[in-house]
Amino acid sequence: MNNSALHTVRLLGAGLRALLVLTLVTGVGYPLAVTGVAQGLFRDRADGSAITADGRIVGSSLIGQTYLLPPQEGRQTPRPDPRWFHGRPANGLGTNDVNTRYRLLLSGATNRSGASEELVQWVTEARAAVVEENSVPGFRVDPSDVPADAVTSSGSGLDPHISPAYAALQVHRVAARNGLSVQEVGQLVEDRTEGRTLGFIGEPRVNVLELNIALQDLVAKQ
Amino acid sequence: MGPVLAGVLQMLALTGALALVHKPLGTCLAKVYSSDEHWRVERWIYKGIGVDPGTRMRWPAYLRGVLAFSAAGVLFLYLLQRTQGVLPLSLGFRAVDPDQAFNTAVSFVTNTNWQSYYGEQTMGHLVQTAGLAVQNFTSAAVGMAVAVALVRGFARSRTGELGNFWVDLVRGTVRVLVPLATLGAVMLAACGVIQNFSGIHEVGQFTGGPQQWNGGAVASQEAIKLLGTNGGGYFNANSAHPFENPTPFTNLFQIFLILVIPFSLPRTFGVMVGSVRQGYAILATMAALWVAFVALMMWTEFSHRGPAFEIAGGALEGKEVRFGVGASSIFAVSTTMTSTGAVDSFHSSFTGLGGGIAMLGMMLGEIAPGGVGSGLYGMLVMAVTAVFIAGLMVGRTPEYLGKKIGTREIKLAACHLLVTPALVLVLTACAMALPTPVNSTTGGGAHGFSEILYAYTSGANNNGSAFAGLDADTGWFNTTIGLAMLLGRFLPMVFVLALAGSLAAQRPVPVTAGTLRTDKPLFSGLLVGAVLIIAGLTYFPALALGPLAEGLAA
Repeated sequence: MNNSALHTVRLLGAGLRALLVLTLVTGVGYPLAVTGVAQGLFRDRADGSAITADGRIVGSSLIGQTYLLPPQEGRQTPRPDPRWFHGRPANGLGTNDVNTRYRLLLSGATNRSGASEELVQWVTEARAAVVEENSVPGFRVDPSDVPADAVTSSGSGLDPHISPAYAALQVHRVAARNGLSVQEVGQLVEDRTEGRTLGFIGEPRVNVLELNIALQDLVAKQ
Repeated sequence: MGPVLAGVLQMLALTGALALVHKPLGTCLAKVYSSDEHWRVERWIYKGIGVDPGTRMRWPAYLRGVLAFSAAGVLFLYLLQRTQGVLPLSLGFRAVDPDQAFNTAVSFVTNTNWQSYYGEQTMGHLVQTAGLAVQNFTSAAVGMAVAVALVRGFARSRTGELGNFWVDLVRGTVRVLVPLATLGAVMLAACGVIQNFSGIHEVGQFTGGPQQWNGGAVASQEAIKLLGTNGGGYFNANSAHPFENPTPFTNLFQIFLILVIPFSLPRTFGVMVGSVRQGYAILATMAALWVAFVALMMWTEFSHRGPAFEIAGGALEGKEVRFGVGASSIFAVSTTMTSTGAVDSFHSSFTGLGGGIAMLGMMLGEIAPGGVGSGLYGMLVMAVTAVFIAGLMVGRTPEYLGKKIGTREIKLAACHLLVTPALVLVLTACAMALPTPVNSTTGGGAHGFSEILYAYTSGANNNGSAFAGLDADTGWFNTTIGLAMLLGRFLPMVFVLALAGSLAAQRPVPVTAGTLRTDKPLFSGLLVGAVLIIAGLTYFPALALGPLAEGLAA
């Protein structure tokens, strides 16, 4: 082996040793230390902000869910359960195709552009569905009142929130289906509406899971 | 308060926070890289590596260190993925396929973090924390080391010595990135980012039936993903995933983490060359471009042009309710004008012009403020070019910081500037000319072209974000984007270090009445002009075929 090749091998050896030593610091020590602190100080949050209702875990306050009727025979896709508030569409959500022993939700967006015919169709259909679903006797949804978040998919497909406008749109339907008054349900939405953090960070929103848990409590009380 | 005002206030709050922090952090960084003392833990590390921290390196030796360390990184990360199936803590995930493992290894070592895989279903705990997250630290430390070497080139004279690569690497990691990332990670975990080593587990749902959750050391990886301008998400949805970015506050904090080191480094530069005003001229250039791009992005996103958005009543496709349009716009600009590539909303579903702004941010060379280290050296090379152009106009030998910009210097700067455009345009042209790569696009047309242009722009500039409608997990894209990332990272470094060596060897030229003052607003203006003109001339035809065609049709 000539000199320069030997030199290269030595240098690569130093590179590899540097990598291994720094792996110990940043790939073992650092994550373990952060895990220790996080688990010690705020375990619930570090484990995924689970929410319990009636003593059982019903999900995470951070992860959006679907509120569907039990699947019916002859129907491919289960229909949304009209008793509950619904979240945003999630057309970008996937299911895993590697390691299929898990049934993972793969977070993701549709990645369709504003000029995409498919997206135009999804938005148009979602709008019609929102209008139809939420129009109840005595209350007709005006298509121009349907907010953008009700007809678009989020970036993660797991958005736990909807805008206060979309929640308000669902109040009449939810009230009618649960035998509650519109005022009661409207108040519920108002109570669960979070404003912007410090008045200017982010957007006003309603957490759908928390809202439905509160709704369930209200129904149980009646 | 309307959403537009809230967006503007978030941008102002961010600017204020950065203005407060850049001074102490920039000065501290200068001390870290100038100090003669070694911490005890650092001495242990040098012993472990088997190097003498006292050795002073000329530019070829410094470059060999960079390349050897990075080659070891690619090799190690590739093997780690290829053997995942038999390693512990893999959650039962199998080995990653060869082309994808190559692409991912290169991607993380080059600070790009392009991901052709789904984090949820591909990478177990071991590869994530001991493989990918490690490169988040070290690739950032390498970037800072090269930037500091260039700064030393300006600061030193009549020596060829640029410092010791191993010392710069270890100090950047141990003294800067690990402490800052620890603070950031704890803050994120306190706000709801998960941090555990659970496997995939089932959790009940409201209407019955289970949901399956991934566990993971997400907060610790998230903090360095942003701080090191890496951008590789733990989950596929990246910073849009609520477990990575749960609240409006964490979102703003994440943007802050992305920008804090890049906006502090000009101060470090100023301190090290002995004139903080020189640093502020660079900082002003970066800040002006960043603010202008944020304003443009907010304007186009709030005006939501495009058939689907007009029907929907807003450009909320691919955006989360908790962030809204304003904060998503700030994030998109900050991630593409640095080499981060993390996303809290999906650029493919931005308006046509919005997608173009994201692309242009990368095409400027990611220098406003740019990636950790790479932003500063990219902008300094641009400053050398601007000085040269100004010198041509008035017919004087150009000089910058007392160093003559002669034939050799300007050749090196020009080569540096040509690398990424050549990669982006040639590879995009190849992909469009070949029959199969186009099949990976969603929808075809102007947007399909944009998806491919975006992919190579993102790879060659080491950004890592995507117009993710492109199915990039094919042999062609894994390989060519992998090559674009490698060449786009290391060729410019070769030119930068050669430039640094050549500058450090010069004797300083005295300042005279005829010297172009590079610490004045006039120079910042010249620099902004040079940046925009060079990128504009290079990329306008390509942009016209993609995002401009889409945006103007809307």
